[in-house]
Amino acid sequence: MSEPTFPIELTVNGVLREARAPARRLLSDFLRHDLGLTGTHVGCEHGVCGCCTVLLDGDPVRSCLTFAVTVAGHEITTVEGLAGPGGEPSTVQRAFHEEHALQCGFCTPGFLCTVTALLRDTPHPTDAEILEGISGNLCRCTGYQNIVRAVRRAAGEA
Amino acid sequence: MKPPPFGYHAPRTVGEALDALARGADGPDGGGTKVLAGGQSLIPLLNMRLAAPAALVDINGVTELDGLEATAEGVRVGALARHSRVERSAAAARVQPLLRRALRHVAHPVIRNRGTVVGSLVHADPAAELPAVLALLGGAVELASARGRRTVRARDFFRGPLEPALEPGELAVAAFFPARPPGTGVAFAEFARRHGDYALAGVAALAAVDGRGEVTAARAAFLGVAGVPVVLDLTGPATTGRVAAAVRDRLDPEADLHASADYRRHLAGVLAERAVTEATTEAREDR
Repeated sequence: MSEPTFPIELTVNGVLREARAPARRLLSDFLRHDLGLTGTHVGCEHGVCGCCTVLLDGDPVRSCLTFAVTVAGHEITTVEGLAGPGGEPSTVQRAFHEEHALQCGFCTPGFLCTVTALLRDTPHPTDAEILEGISGNLCRCTGYQNIVRAVRRAAGEA
Repeated sequence: MKPPPFGYHAPRTVGEALDALARGADGPDGGGTKVLAGGQSLIPLLNMRLAAPAALVDINGVTELDGLEATAEGVRVGALARHSRVERSAAAARVQPLLRRALRHVAHPVIRNRGTVVGSLVHADPAAELPAVLALLGGAVELASARGRRTVRARDFFRGPLEPALEPGELAVAAFFPARPPGTGVAFAEFARRHGDYALAGVAALAAVDGRGEVTAARAAFLGVAGVPVVLDLTGPATTGRVAAAVRDRLDPEADLHASADYRRHLAGVLAERAVTEATTEAREDR
């Protein structure tokens, strides 16, 4: 007996995308496997590491704790959608590059989505607000100091 | 780390949701149907295959559950209101400031964008913040089923760890948090190994003072020290400045990997002392 599938239509990075998937398909897997957008990384798959963070109608959420079928009809922004139309890095992406805020890069898509929303809602965050804002994202390379610097730099340049 | 298969229902109205739940409740496996709201507790359980419900009733499309009303009596939070929305609501913070203060301790901001207040109550994790807040304030949860509606007071709602007073076929449609009356203050304090983790122990406190600023009532609700929120009347100890000792005498927490029973008891006492002091200060300023 094959598992029933549902037609799932989402706007991803401004483009209407559609695929069929079972109800249990996590948004993270839907983006990666069904739509081929592998920029969203999958770390812990239970909401702890933050690598899979994407923007749902502008707000950062864990795509591994969201079913694709639940958010059908909504707008998703992934790390692939953060750069400008000509592919030039966003302010946040440039700041991460300039402050060496990544090493292996596995956690970076989640940080970039989280920080993009953080600075949109709080354009001039205090250090405490920066730490609170990124507290749900784990990085095992940088020790976070350069990530905090990158957020400060992006806030200063915005 | 992938969820097991489940039947899926996506109702658009409360009536449709209750029908789907009633069909699940009548099915061969009784309570094998779960409600999916924010999913921030349920989906990790599914991903780790610690839960395998026969079907999910996804209420994310039931817009009539999206309410958030703050009136002079209190704050009524619909089943689809996300933590972050309640946290940011200025009206809710005016009517009952404890909500925002406690919500800032619930996991991380990104989780709060998705998780719901009512979902957190129904999950009934003994280490969670909102059950303690509801218990402290004497709030209630509104339940609906195909048979009708009923309201369950906080003290009857939390039956045990992860065990709310929901019968098969019932949906929690809203929760009610009573307002902070004039001349009272509220506070929240907890201690966690890492910010955003479940706390080792935590406390929500409430104090009332008379016209001269003397404490007339003080109580506290504790999380992480028992299977359900524990509410203690601390009026006597608060007037004599012996809150921490009184709390240590009256709590009997268990040890686990993260903390010994003695350490939890100590922590609960210290946190309660701080929270009651803070609540008293707010009550005096509000006279």
